[in-house]
Amino acid sequence: MNQPSATTATLPQGSGFGATMRKDNWWIGPIGIAALLLSFLIYSTWAAFQGAYYWVPGTNYLSPFYSPEIWGHSPHAFILGQPGFWQSWMPPFSAALLILGLPAGFRLTCYYYRKAYYRSIWLDPVACAVGEPRKSYWGENALPLILWNVHRYFLYAAIVFVFLLGYDGIIAHMFPVNADGTSFTNVQYLATGAENPAFDKTKPVEAHHHVFGMSLVSLVLILNPLLLAGYTFGCHSLRHIVGGRKDCFAGGSGCGTDLHFKAWSFVSFLNRNHATWAMLSLVVVGLADVLVRLVAMGKISDFRFF
Amino acid sequence: MSTAVGDAAPHQRTFKVWRGDKTGGKMVDYTAEITPGMVVLDAIHQIQATQASDLACRWNCKAGKCGSCSAEINGKPRLMCLTRMEALPEGDVTVQPMKAFPNIRDLVTDVSWNYTVNKKITKFTPANPGTRFVAEDGTFRMQQRDVERTQEMRKCIECFLCQDTCHVIRDHEKHEVFSGPRFFARAASLEMHPVDVADREPFLKNEGGIGFCNITKCCTEVCPEHITITDNAIIPLKERIADRYYDPVTMLWRWVTGADKKDG
Repeated sequence: MNQPSATTATLPQGSGFGATMRKDNWWIGPIGIAALLLSFLIYSTWAAFQGAYYWVPGTNYLSPFYSPEIWGHSPHAFILGQPGFWQSWMPPFSAALLILGLPAGFRLTCYYYRKAYYRSIWLDPVACAVGEPRKSYWGENALPLILWNVHRYFLYAAIVFVFLLGYDGIIAHMFPVNADGTSFTNVQYLATGAENPAFDKTKPVEAHHHVFGMSLVSLVLILNPLLLAGYTFGCHSLRHIVGGRKDCFAGGSGCGTDLHFKAWSFVSFLNRNHATWAMLSLVVVGLADVLVRLVAMGKISDFRFF
Repeated sequence: MSTAVGDAAPHQRTFKVWRGDKTGGKMVDYTAEITPGMVVLDAIHQIQATQASDLACRWNCKAGKCGSCSAEINGKPRLMCLTRMEALPEGDVTVQPMKAFPNIRDLVTDVSWNYTVNKKITKFTPANPGTRFVAEDGTFRMQQRDVERTQEMRKCIECFLCQDTCHVIRDHEKHEVFSGPRFFARAASLEMHPVDVADREPFLKNEGGIGFCNITKCCTEVCPEHITITDNAIIPLKERIADRYYDPVTMLWRWVTGADKKDG
């Protein structure tokens, strides 16, 4: 049986972009998703290139866009300063540029985000039973989209990020203080990335100890890895890896075990709302950077509760 | 605006129904008296009885189980028997045949292409008696949790609404190189079956064209049986194919261990 003949073209909806007989507001969803994705893309790109105001002296707040800070100018940096391989022709150094590719790659190759941007940005299809702008189509059967099969490798990195950001969320509740209990601010660099003129080499460069506290910013910084965990541990690739690849869970030759079944069931549970986790975690990771940035710039307080 | 069930007095609604055949056609206006609880198929039957006795329409059970009365109602692929009039917005109701298949007449389409695709999928192939899950007498001994994934796919009533809405078939007309969501669901039900030992992964990757699917989930949206085709059939199959053809680590592992796909 060959493909249907052209007789179907006589149907009144015709073909071409937007052609449909649907009467509902099918365009609202794609516009909303496109607005959210593009807003995040523009903001996160801008924020990643700033290289400043991503941490707050006197606190342990660190923007999730800049974590882990392998090289950088904050006390969070594993190596203080700029990497030697950063060339002059490159954009001004920013710690985020070294690491953001991994979480970005995770979201780019995510099965949910693929649906979201294929529909709302690539318009292929913009909505179900609505005409498309292009006739040619290769799907994920050819380059470049066939590369999206590497999603599981970004997943491995994303799992590491969940724990790194979880650590950041916990230490955000630990406020560095001097021996006399005053806020510790003797840092070599300012939040702008410039050298701190008040930096005193004769004073301790580490806080005497930390006190537990809580603020709006610290709560957002712990909410972020929680949502990220809900998103990451509901990943379709993880669902496959932990048990979906098995045809049975009864144990014995070739079968998965009870542990496989429980792991697969847990990931499946999170996976049912993967889109919600994906979008919530996207919004909150952006919000976390906005809040840290505004506090670091002195535009707002961190709304410290205690 | 939809009206709550039961509060609508009998009233007239206009139906724009596609009339034609493979040579062409047009939308024709009819009216039907709508009473509470009616579905679109009731209205089509009323139109057949009162205004257009030659209106062709395929139907059988009127209960969402036979998968015969697939159509596009107000532009959406749906079963006519499961589309309640109360759930539709006010105004004219359009009823058209499925777009992805050749029209035979009026609302009836030729869905035989699907049966051709179906024949390409290796049928259920149980393991030998005395092996895993198969007793010496050939009967199966399986745990419920091992067959649940398969059972979800077996809810399919073959209405082919998923095939109709899938843009790879509907807009890009890849019928020759793409099996479509219905048959990925069927393949998944067999591939995930604890007793089955056949290998359909090469077919799915090559002739079945699963790579053409860009997981935009319209098939799941329209499924009247609420089968989560994309998440529970297509993506798991894509992941199995990634294991075998795209992931260098698992490919190396399979090569070193000589693992067959049915090693679990």
